[in-house]
Amino acid sequence: MAFELPALPYADDALEPHYSANTFSYHHKKHHNTYVVNLNNLIKDTEFEGKTLVEIILASAGKNPGVFNNSAQVWNHTFFWNSMSPNGGGAPTGAIADKIAADFGSYDNFVTEFKNAGATQFGSGWAWLVLGTDGKLKVTKTPNAETPLTAGEKPIITCDVWEHAYYLDYQNLRPKFLEVFLEKLVNWEFANEMLAGKEFSGDK
Amino acid sequence: MRNNIKLFSTSILAIATVFLIPVCANAQQNNAPKAIDAPMSAFTLAPLPYAYDALEPAIDTQTMTIHHDKHHQAYVDNLNKAIAANPALGGQSLDQLIVKAGTLPPAVRNNAGGHWNHTFFWDSMAPVAKSGTPSPALNAAIISSFGSMDNFKAEFKKAGLGRFGSGWVWLIVGADGKLAITSTPNQDNPLMDIAEVKGTPLLGNDMWEHAYYLKYQNKRGDYIDAWWQVVNWDAVSKRYASVTKK
Repeated sequence: MAFELPALPYADDALEPHYSANTFSYHHKKHHNTYVVNLNNLIKDTEFEGKTLVEIILASAGKNPGVFNNSAQVWNHTFFWNSMSPNGGGAPTGAIADKIAADFGSYDNFVTEFKNAGATQFGSGWAWLVLGTDGKLKVTKTPNAETPLTAGEKPIITCDVWEHAYYLDYQNLRPKFLEVFLEKLVNWEFANEMLAGKEFSGDK
Repeated sequence: MRNNIKLFSTSILAIATVFLIPVCANAQQNNAPKAIDAPMSAFTLAPLPYAYDALEPAIDTQTMTIHHDKHHQAYVDNLNKAIAANPALGGQSLDQLIVKAGTLPPAVRNNAGGHWNHTFFWDSMAPVAKSGTPSPALNAAIISSFGSMDNFKAEFKKAGLGRFGSGWVWLIVGADGKLAITSTPNQDNPLMDIAEVKGTPLLGNDMWEHAYYLKYQNKRGDYIDAWWQVVNWDAVSKRYASVTKK
């Protein structure tokens, strides 16, 4: 069963003006779709065919760069779409709010760390809020297609800092994009689901 | 009050630094026209060697403007900051820093690479009418190494498309004197000690998305195809002559 491009969890203009339909027309329909198509081509008639997306990511990490890059990028993008919401942004509520306050000292500390991680990921990559193996929340960053899944960490929120994620809307102003992501887009409802332990398959 | 005094003295230091650096840079310029690579001064951004719209339609004016005035400027500014934070590395030329990239703090390595690569990139291009043709010697070397100019361009494109994430694709002269195609991640380049394939660059194309996204979006291959129109073959041929003369 080949993988299919997961639909966006909202209309492609739902995040305007903070994240444009024009950007989604490339980021979702072209970039994300290319990773899906490449992955299907690469795993056909191999040991990876028939495995779940997460199984493929974990099995290919450090062994098969082509399969890893494409499978991880399929998962990362689906996770990124869900990390944003038309009603998102601002300070969190619920369990994630308490846990951020406990593990970072304050929400403002988290914001500073998250923006810094995204701004300093040199080249292409991702900024993450994850639940570490020690049970504490932390901010991390990964290059290219790398994902915290391979370190056994549970992703809670991500922001894509590949230039294609923001260049049409923000050009060289990556820090501005990270600021808007946190103030207007970040989906804390989704973060609460992840914190509660819900699985994320990344393929739908 | 105490905090105010501290803030004040920090500001004085910052102002002094801002004024000292240009003075030093000017002194350098009097003796050395190529101040961009001169030691002992702050690194500076040279203007583009042509107008911002000179590479249209292959590379659009908006892209050239942001790429040079914002991205390249940021590498220069951040390199100066990184050197200021690592005073032991002061007074060294860009070329001196590049060849020992593996020993440098990431901020110095990345920004020195970004400055070197972009300077080289602007000089690797020219308006279509002035793009010239490969010299007979370079043409012969390309055919000898790749079979034909078309094959060379196809292999160069394949290497560019195969660079996952951000980086550069290069035509180099290797230690064996032969031409080769290679690619490097992020702002590394083939002169660096940490390069997987080392050599002297003759030509480089920027595979960071900022180099082409406003006009070509996800179509990196179309960008590489169009870019050949503005390759400055006279500059590339001169580089080849200078390497083979050694």
